[in-house]
Amino acid sequence: MLIDLGIAFGRVAFVMLFVLNVAALLGWVERKQSAIMQDRIGANRASIFGIRALGLFHPLADTLKMLTKEDFRPAGADRLLFDLAPAVSVFFALVAFASIPFGDTLQVAGRVVPLQAVTLNVGVLYVFAMLSLGVYGVMMAGWSSANNYALLGGQRAAALMISAEIAIGASIMGVVMIHGSLNLMDIVRGQGHLLWGWLPAWGIITQPLAFILFVTAGIAATKRIPFDTPEGESEIIGYFVEYSGMKFGMFLMTDMVETIVLAGLSTSLFLGGWQIPYLFAEGFKFPWGAGIALPPLLVTLLQVGAFVGKVAVVIFVLMLIRWTLPRFRYDQAMRLGWLGLFPLAIANIVVTGLVLAAWGNG
Amino acid sequence: MSPMNFRQRFYLVEVLAGLGLTAAHFFRNMGRHTARALGRKGTSGAVTIQYPEERRPYSPRLRSLHRLVRREDGSPRCVACMMCETVCPAHCIYIVADEHPNPEIEKVPRRFDIDLGKCVFCGYCVEACPEDAIRMDTGILEFSSYSRGGMIYTKEMLLSLEPADVSGRPRSPIPLPADRRA
Repeated sequence: MLIDLGIAFGRVAFVMLFVLNVAALLGWVERKQSAIMQDRIGANRASIFGIRALGLFHPLADTLKMLTKEDFRPAGADRLLFDLAPAVSVFFALVAFASIPFGDTLQVAGRVVPLQAVTLNVGVLYVFAMLSLGVYGVMMAGWSSANNYALLGGQRAAALMISAEIAIGASIMGVVMIHGSLNLMDIVRGQGHLLWGWLPAWGIITQPLAFILFVTAGIAATKRIPFDTPEGESEIIGYFVEYSGMKFGMFLMTDMVETIVLAGLSTSLFLGGWQIPYLFAEGFKFPWGAGIALPPLLVTLLQVGAFVGKVAVVIFVLMLIRWTLPRFRYDQAMRLGWLGLFPLAIANIVVTGLVLAAWGNG
Repeated sequence: MSPMNFRQRFYLVEVLAGLGLTAAHFFRNMGRHTARALGRKGTSGAVTIQYPEERRPYSPRLRSLHRLVRREDGSPRCVACMMCETVCPAHCIYIVADEHPNPEIEKVPRRFDIDLGKCVFCGYCVEACPEDAIRMDTGILEFSSYSRGGMIYTKEMLLSLEPADVSGRPRSPIPLPADRRA
């Protein structure tokens, strides 16, 4: 009983600590990566006892700043909703990661423990449900601020997120059809198969169009540049105009956490999750016959490392997109969502269905 | 601008080209940063000048904070002829003249104040001076104060300044105005 409890706690703790720490680190990654892309150096002045550590203390300094700032609430604002909105936003973003597997199974005290916070049959649906619920935080923030600009921003955000989430849902149907499961663990396991004996059946190879659609719609759903019309920090004012201090910080954190969730999800659905090509439970087995036997613990560690590495790569690409592309106008974003991504996703479903039927293996 | 062709309107190709450009910058700069961190000499990965520690080279003609030139005995070379005060378009110089003990020299300033809050750094005072007693070659650009009074630099402060060295770096510390002294 105690062991079971400990295992359950450990699974949740790993995911929570991973997501929260990486989210804190992302602020630094974002600043440094954009700086290096733009031939700059980036924030490097925050120091503790004269140690600058490449500006790694800046997230700490930012957090301290936000915690000590005035927590302002506009006179006409709805007290309850205004305080609740950032919490709702960040909560649903955080719990969304729960069903994303970060490794295969681990043997602990005679039990086989799947390496994900929660084992869910409907893992994919769960993640999307949580990400969709994030819309409520945004709309609450916009509506309860008693500010028309915030209300308009919240409206833009809601419209954008809903249209993007429909495209996301449609774009991953192909992957779900191939693997015949909504369980993310099953989907990742399914990607361990080899096509024609040598090509890993990762989602990006079996569903390349879906991958592009998913990433595009995913960026829109997380409201990041080039789809940041809801926020538009510098000019068009978004739903969190009236927020200050740590509440504003929580919206920023939501942004980072959603980026991690998106990266984790695209890794699990399209990049083989924790799979390493040719690495099986017993060790490496290469298509040309050679093989290396590895102890199970090392295999598990390699797999968790592969997952973290893939997530890091996806986050790098997402940041690269964020710091390269200019913002879509609102109508352009909507047109792309409804007239571009959504029909293509539907077409992808149809084509996938036809191919699966022709192949006859479901 | 010509209308976009299909490839450009398709967006994806152009996006990938853009991402390639920024990614190339990232990896090139990252490589240079790494090479420098490993102690190898090479081009810097950034064009940033880390300002208070590094400075861009200043032009030798730069007009910076004024200084009063001293005679060999340390007294000001200024003879309080009021030329600079008269020519100053900002009226920021205030001189009170005094008798000089040496009968060969006409006068000496008892007070010589420059209000840098008003000064426009035109350099007319330097051009007008018949004795070459005021120069703007200290290389000091950073002088700030919490009050207007703190921007008034007195004779003693101006006399204590040294000219900049050959590379344009200031040789004397910035005189701290009274309201910035801790």
